[in-house]
Amino acid sequence: MISFIIRRILQLIPVILGISMVTLLMMSFVPGDPVALMLGQHISPQTVENVRQELGLDQPLLTRYLQYMWNALHGDFGRSYIQHQEVTQMLLDRLPVTFRLAVVALTFALTFGVLIGILSAVKQYSFWDSFATLFVLVGVSIPTFWLGMMLQLVFGVILHILPVSGIGGEGLHLQYYILPGFALGFASMTMYARLTRSSMLEVLRADYIRTARAKGLAKRVVVFKHAMKNALIPVATQAGMDFSSLMGGAILTETIFSLPGIGSMLFNAISRRDYPVVQGVTLFLALVFVVINLLVDISYAVLDPRIRYD
Amino acid sequence: MPINTDSDKTFELYETSSSFLEMWVRLKRNKLAILGLFLVVSLVLVALFAEVIAPYDPVQIALKNSLEEPNSAHLMGTDVLGRDIFSRIIYGARASLIIGVVATSISLVIGVTIGAISGYYGGWLDALMMRITDIFFAFPFFLLAIAIMTFLGASFINIFIALGIVGWTNYARLVRGQVISVKESEYVEAARAVGAKDARIILKHILPNTLTPVIVYTTMNIGVVILAEAGLSFLGIGVRPPSPSWGLMLAEGKDFLFNASWLVIWPGIAIFLTVLGYNLLGEGLRDALDPRLKP
Repeated sequence: MISFIIRRILQLIPVILGISMVTLLMMSFVPGDPVALMLGQHISPQTVENVRQELGLDQPLLTRYLQYMWNALHGDFGRSYIQHQEVTQMLLDRLPVTFRLAVVALTFALTFGVLIGILSAVKQYSFWDSFATLFVLVGVSIPTFWLGMMLQLVFGVILHILPVSGIGGEGLHLQYYILPGFALGFASMTMYARLTRSSMLEVLRADYIRTARAKGLAKRVVVFKHAMKNALIPVATQAGMDFSSLMGGAILTETIFSLPGIGSMLFNAISRRDYPVVQGVTLFLALVFVVINLLVDISYAVLDPRIRYD
Repeated sequence: MPINTDSDKTFELYETSSSFLEMWVRLKRNKLAILGLFLVVSLVLVALFAEVIAPYDPVQIALKNSLEEPNSAHLMGTDVLGRDIFSRIIYGARASLIIGVVATSISLVIGVTIGAISGYYGGWLDALMMRITDIFFAFPFFLLAIAIMTFLGASFINIFIALGIVGWTNYARLVRGQVISVKESEYVEAARAVGAKDARIILKHILPNTLTPVIVYTTMNIGVVILAEAGLSFLGIGVRPPSPSWGLMLAEGKDFLFNASWLVIWPGIAIFLTVLGYNLLGEGLRDALDPRLKP
């Protein structure tokens, strides 16, 4: 087991180096001079040059990359051009909102997705199966940001039962996360419905399930006590990877619902061409994605010993 | 003397029919796939004949008609600048189709090339290419597209580049897997034995046998790219105004969601039906092209 973990971590190192290189390289594609863009017009060339030296942007690319990586290892992702704040601090301030949103989204996705998947598998070829098929097809085709706006219109404006923007001030106000969480989790819901259905169908055909039925056990007991826990193993591992995707994919949802998370911070940075923030957030979210995937792989190896010897 | 019955004729036709005809016969039986095909063909026709179908110039400003509700003159209403929503939806189809097809083509060319070379040669080349694939896979798809577009700047060409670059990894993995399973086949060995060069073996013998999953994935990927472009345009880093784009229309309309909801409803429905069409068609092609269904 230890050798599996060490092997996976070692495989991760070139990926992390590659991610950081790609992220830094993107900065070099900015059209024009980023320092001149930051300082604006009517600034003397000498001032521009002084700021360039201060930021280390006059150094060769390799030197800048090594400096950036050294700083990143110490938790320093650079400084915002616009807000003049450390990107790391800005990330930490906004991380709780994005984290909560991802948790709510995943909860919706798993609850409804698994339920629909189980119903669809247990009642194959029935109305529930057709509903699940339609649900999956519709779900993967709806733009998340449009769904968010429609939810705002229906539940916020027409029905007046849920808040449509913000987080409700200090403290945790869960009702503000319901609509954005549902919108963000909807696409994942359809994926879990499909995954649960196919996994459940496979498990329901297994010999031990046939034995359970032959013993005369109630259908409810067969499905929930015997079949479900094995059918949900792939769902559980997918959920781990999905969590990091949800965090990285929240930019549109946070923008629409005016949630002060990492996603809306990224949106503001894009609009203002605040490249260090875009770079820092991209690198941070990619690293979160990679680390969570590693943890999911390790947990999968714990659950299924065959994986360790792959 | 054999009697030429109807069943014999059918059998003869079946035996000599092309694989395309077989695929079409299977596809026709799938109602959802036909719906998907209808939606996709409709999109293509709308995009091709936009000048004929659209009643107004999509970028023509007419402030006196600002924020009109849907009526007989403007079927889907007008936006804040008085532009006809229906006409902008029609022309937006053209932008979406072009971006979907071009970006997917770029991903396909890059991904198939890398996957084929990686799968065929194996060894250190395969390891290197798969590590590069892993690096791109490590970025959430949309996040990488956002980052690239932010740094390159919003334009049609940059959208093609950004969405093309972020999408190649799935093709590479798909084709690599197919090539690995096909390259040890006897017909490939025979081609090598008669002295065929590697490029010829890959292009003429191996890649044609990897076409089925590539076709299916390409069809569904066009829908994914259209969705991504809508998201990028919504964020202001996709198609630039005043060009009509469904994502841009949603961005322009979101501030009027509560008092002029038609600005948001129609572009969203357009995106939904387009992506649904490609997904249904892709699913249908997967079933129709599945070799296990062949007798």
